Amino acid sequence: MPPALEVVEGSMGKPKIIVVGGGLAGLMTVIKACEKGAEVQLFSQVPVRRSHSVCAQGGINAAIDTKGEGDSPYQHYRDTVYGGDFLAHQPPVKAMTAEAPKIVHLFDRMGVMFNRTPEGDLDLRSFGGAKKRRTAFAGATTGQQLMYALDEQVRRLEVEGCVTKFEGWDFMSIIKDGKGRCRGITALDMKTMETRAFPSDAVCLSTGGYSYLYGRCTGSTHCAGYATTQAYTQGAIFANPEFVQIHPTAIPGTDKMRLISEAVRGDGGRVWVPKDGKTWYFLEEWYPAYGNTVPRDIAARAIWKVVKDLGLGVDGGECVYLDVTHIDRERLDSRLKGVLEIYEKFVGVDPRDVPMKIFPGVHYTMGGLWVDYKHMTNIPGLFASGESDYQYHGANRLGANSLLSTVYSGTVAGPAMVEFANGQDKGAEDLESSVRESELEEQNAFNRKLMNMNGYENPYKIKQELHDLMTNNVYVVRENEKMKKVDAKVLELKERFLRSRLLDKGSWTNYEITAMRTLHSQFDLARAVAGAALNRNESRGAHYKPEFPERDDANWMCITKVSHTESGPDFDYSEKIDIDDYDPVERRYDVTRK
Amino acid sequence: MSEFVHVKIKRQDGPDDLPYWEDFHINYKPHMNVITLLQEIQRNPINADGLPTTPVASDYSCLEEVCGSCTMNINGRVRQACTALVDHLDHPITLEPMKKFPTVRDLVVDRSSMFEALKKVNAWVRIDGTFDKGAGPKMSSEKQQKAYEFSRCMMCGCCCEVCPQFNDRSPFMGPFVMAHVNLLNHHPVGEGTKAERLDALMGPGGIADCGNAQNCVKACPKEIPLTDAIATLGWDTTKHALKKIFKA
Repeated sequence: MPPALEVVEGSMGKPKIIVVGGGLAGLMTVIKACEKGAEVQLFSQVPVRRSHSVCAQGGINAAIDTKGEGDSPYQHYRDTVYGGDFLAHQPPVKAMTAEAPKIVHLFDRMGVMFNRTPEGDLDLRSFGGAKKRRTAFAGATTGQQLMYALDEQVRRLEVEGCVTKFEGWDFMSIIKDGKGRCRGITALDMKTMETRAFPSDAVCLSTGGYSYLYGRCTGSTHCAGYATTQAYTQGAIFANPEFVQIHPTAIPGTDKMRLISEAVRGDGGRVWVPKDGKTWYFLEEWYPAYGNTVPRDIAARAIWKVVKDLGLGVDGGECVYLDVTHIDRERLDSRLKGVLEIYEKFVGVDPRDVPMKIFPGVHYTMGGLWVDYKHMTNIPGLFASGESDYQYHGANRLGANSLLSTVYSGTVAGPAMVEFANGQDKGAEDLESSVRESELEEQNAFNRKLMNMNGYENPYKIKQELHDLMTNNVYVVRENEKMKKVDAKVLELKERFLRSRLLDKGSWTNYEITAMRTLHSQFDLARAVAGAALNRNESRGAHYKPEFPERDDANWMCITKVSHTESGPDFDYSEKIDIDDYDPVERRYDVTRK
Repeated sequence: MSEFVHVKIKRQDGPDDLPYWEDFHINYKPHMNVITLLQEIQRNPINADGLPTTPVASDYSCLEEVCGSCTMNINGRVRQACTALVDHLDHPITLEPMKKFPTVRDLVVDRSSMFEALKKVNAWVRIDGTFDKGAGPKMSSEKQQKAYEFSRCMMCGCCCEVCPQFNDRSPFMGPFVMAHVNLLNHHPVGEGTKAERLDALMGPGGIADCGNAQNCVKACPKEIPLTDAIATLGWDTTKHALKKIFKA
């Protein structure tokens, strides 16, 4: 069928919005756009309720101070800026932390079963990089609970006719008109393999981060950064790609790293290794002011040092202990059951009795599509929200700030898209069919090319080599000598990819097409990440170079902005950090901050 | 443990095709789960006879038993593939798609009927809007802990797979629906529209179609007390029906 000829049935005047991705960011974008009168089409590879947001465990930060510790949104703002090593623009962080209490109260009204204080208010737990208890939580499945609340609200909007879901559809590309404005998307039905062009007035990519560039990570298997990388190759600017968060506590596995929430340390879990026949609580010794609740970059590097440099990993292996055996079982079950169950199921040992063995793993990507304060990219009409944008976390994200930023960014992006759409004289209905058809044909041609790949290379071997390349060279400790060689090796892998073969030639539910489109995009992504890491000669947040161990504010208080060109990534450092309130100071967690 | 793992997979090319079995021998590695077996086949689709075949289509995502995607029958028991550890399974390992849902391809099934059921029972809290209305209602810790048990349903469908009443000859929506309704009915804001949900449960495919086999509660990977929800809702619908009679 020639789907490009479909007629768009927009009721006159209603903005037509497309949201790609049905995690927390996407769903909040949808809800806010609907409340502003938009008609929304929602695309997701998986039924939205199964999106990666369900994996978030520990909680959501908001200075609601139900513990009477004198917390305030201002302190949350300061901790976030400081935790991010001053690389985040401050005005949006300020706005997000001010809205945080309202967001948590909204979820409370929407049915999330948050843990309670004895008086019946929202209970709070400690998290990394904060001295006050600020993290609202629903057991250790907070992301799942928030996700379900928004899923239910969107289902109601679906019944009311405001939202149409395209679950099981894979985003292929954005459609740009002659003036460079984003006018819709092309997508692939992963079941029937039908491809279609979908015109719209504005598009939001809420497709998550790119942890899977590293292979084994705490992400879901679809957190591979395809959509954002595709937009990047079509002209969207990628920002701060080198900032990749390594979570200090994950269960190493052959298929993935399974997250053990920071909430475990926030609720009293202690990290140690045996040393000279005794327990050595190295985080508590090195960082007395914060102890086990230092931010993730600090904890991950400390564990790395203990295992790799000092050779003190448990039983000589790549792991340290995370210990909750001293905590009352009932308390553990009411607050951490979900996460302890994961350990029990996958390791076969009860962490209530025996300390857990953990090691750092790739967890979150602070970088993402560059967006303005209203979440629009440099391409007019193309927005991004959630982990797929770069906005709030600077060089390192604080735990429990991601659930906040996904949701908050949706509350900004949704209304901004409607505002943008209303300000345009041409809408989805006016898009020339030739523009749609040519973009769709380009994607169809690429799919045919993939189908016809009959080379001798196994694409999964290439994929594995790409993951290893990134993990061995652009990871916790980054050395320029090693990173200089990465770009050439990525290009070599890309060449080899073209000599590989598609392992499934079927025309029904062929998941290999999506897998190969994703792998193909990762070569460009890897070049942006490795190139940006090589360029940035300083240490800041998650980005650590032994040759340049200090933060260099004189030269590097700027956003890395990467544009795609035929000859490779083009790096621009002209955007300085927008400092509203806090001038950069040295970031320390061994002493209490003034 | 032998050096390879013998896996028998019930395959089906499309919804209208006949199923067939295909065997695979996969090199054993420590700490494998069923997902890693499927990933090995995806990387290297060669069957036990040494012949090239197509990769086995299957859904998986979080690999932590939170998303519900990878549900299938493993050695005849419905469960998630990610938590099915090869060292703990009898061999050969048999993999079959869920039987109560239409097969799309191989181990991929279409569970959209479960999401449709949530629409029928109004499974949401009717809020006035997402604007700021200040703090939400207070709730006792005791009530929260009890309700939380029901909030962990990941819509995997295990309860439907084992329920004798859930099949294509019956309109029964499935046991999971009870967990959702029970959870929402006990939320201080959600209980405002409790009557709507009880009405829906008293309609076709609702609570009257439950045969009380109690298989669901045993199959639930999250140990959600589904039979408690059914009992509570049985009583609640009765009260609701009586109330309606006396009001009329």
